[in-house]
Amino acid sequence: MRPITIKVGIIPNADGSAMFSFGKTTAIAAVYGPRPLHPKHKQISDKALLQTIYMMAPFSTTERVRPGPSRRTQEICKVTREALEPVVCVEEFPKATIDVYINIIEADAGTRTAGINAASLALADAGIPMKDLICSVAAGKIGKEYVLDLEGKEEDATDCDLPIAYSQRMKKITLMQMDGDMSVKDTKETVNLAIKGCEEIYKKQRQALEERWMK
Amino acid sequence: MNNVQKQYLLNTISAAKRGDGRGLEDFRKMEIETGVIYKAEGSARVRFGKTEVIAGVKMDVGTPFPDTPDDGVMMVNSEFSPMASPKFETGPPREPSIELSRVVDRGIRESKTIDTKKLCIKKGEKVWMVFVDIYIINHDGNLIDAAALATVAALHSAKMPEYDAKTEKPNFDKKTKKLPLSCKPITVTVHKIGENFIIDPTLEEESITEARFTVATNDKGNLCAIQKGGVTSLTTDEIYKAFDLSVKKGKDLRKLIKG
Repeated sequence: MRPITIKVGIIPNADGSAMFSFGKTTAIAAVYGPRPLHPKHKQISDKALLQTIYMMAPFSTTERVRPGPSRRTQEICKVTREALEPVVCVEEFPKATIDVYINIIEADAGTRTAGINAASLALADAGIPMKDLICSVAAGKIGKEYVLDLEGKEEDATDCDLPIAYSQRMKKITLMQMDGDMSVKDTKETVNLAIKGCEEIYKKQRQALEERWMK
Repeated sequence: MNNVQKQYLLNTISAAKRGDGRGLEDFRKMEIETGVIYKAEGSARVRFGKTEVIAGVKMDVGTPFPDTPDDGVMMVNSEFSPMASPKFETGPPREPSIELSRVVDRGIRESKTIDTKKLCIKKGEKVWMVFVDIYIINHDGNLIDAAALATVAALHSAKMPEYDAKTEKPNFDKKTKKLPLSCKPITVTVHKIGENFIIDPTLEEESITEARFTVATNDKGNLCAIQKGGVTSLTTDEIYKAFDLSVKKGKDLRKLIKG
């Protein structure tokens, strides 16, 4: 894996915030809420609405990204929400909203996984009750080698790109996507490697949270 | 759906039965018709029970992307028309529609079904562009699988217009060659309800699904695209089970596509 840098509590205005980077990919996340949800018809009577907004800064890539939502970012918003919601105790806050804003300020592959890691830390930092932290990393296969945490150049060379999000305590996967061309057996190997990566990230996430809150 | 109906459905499925008499791993009655739209280069209508989807292929000549100067362009778009379900509204595409198009797109793109190099007319300047548009006619669950199947069937039935070098435009009156296709990627979605896995859910079943797992497989049985959905987590064993089921069912569906 590329070197990981984590900082918790970087945005004083937010209820919780964190920065997470894999090498040259950096995501920052801020959490606001639980807070009242408007318009009212969007409220859910027995749980909070978790809203995730993923954005890439225009200067984050080689070619400028056009600001505003694209099909890609909207899909990432959806999978990020589904990756986080299984561990967030949304039922504690009926009718409220928990807003998670994820900004990618520098991108070199693995932005959705970095974003999920940052978001999970920001949720914890905001003191929102959670069953576990979510860790996320992508894996793939280049030639005969299985590789963890693909960077920009590797992503072009790999047979497949398989990001997962994982809950270490429940031993369950909350997000999995894949594109490429790989046999079932190789895919299973890749998933196992990605889980190992998540276990390492979990340790670092805990450490970062302890540094901020246990002093 | 109210709680009584929900509980009834859950009970039926945990007893390994379905409301319509199918087994857990059975598709509904399936129909695939190709060439349903005369004006389109290729088209297909797919029905899974009451779910109905039309996919149309249109082609045009355009400029390639700067990073792939000798590759043709393929785009998949879907339209959840308000006539198909009381839940669909007009306006720009929302998350479910975007997710569907992108999952279908990945299945086709990553399996390298279309040989995009053969769609190049003049490097860096002119290439063929393939547009796949998916229309939902009636929504009764399992839209992703139906849309993906319709897309593959439409691509395989498509005839390319000839390129007119004088006008630098496609000649839609002369459609002769088939598209340069290499395989038939099949997308199968597995749903987890209680402790059971089912495929091809109806809308009712889909409303109580906890997690869904979509896998696209190519002719070799390799996996080309995966997408997990839903707010429940899955263990690795459950995921591996979904892989195997998708590969198995993919083989059956592939036989239904001509071309």
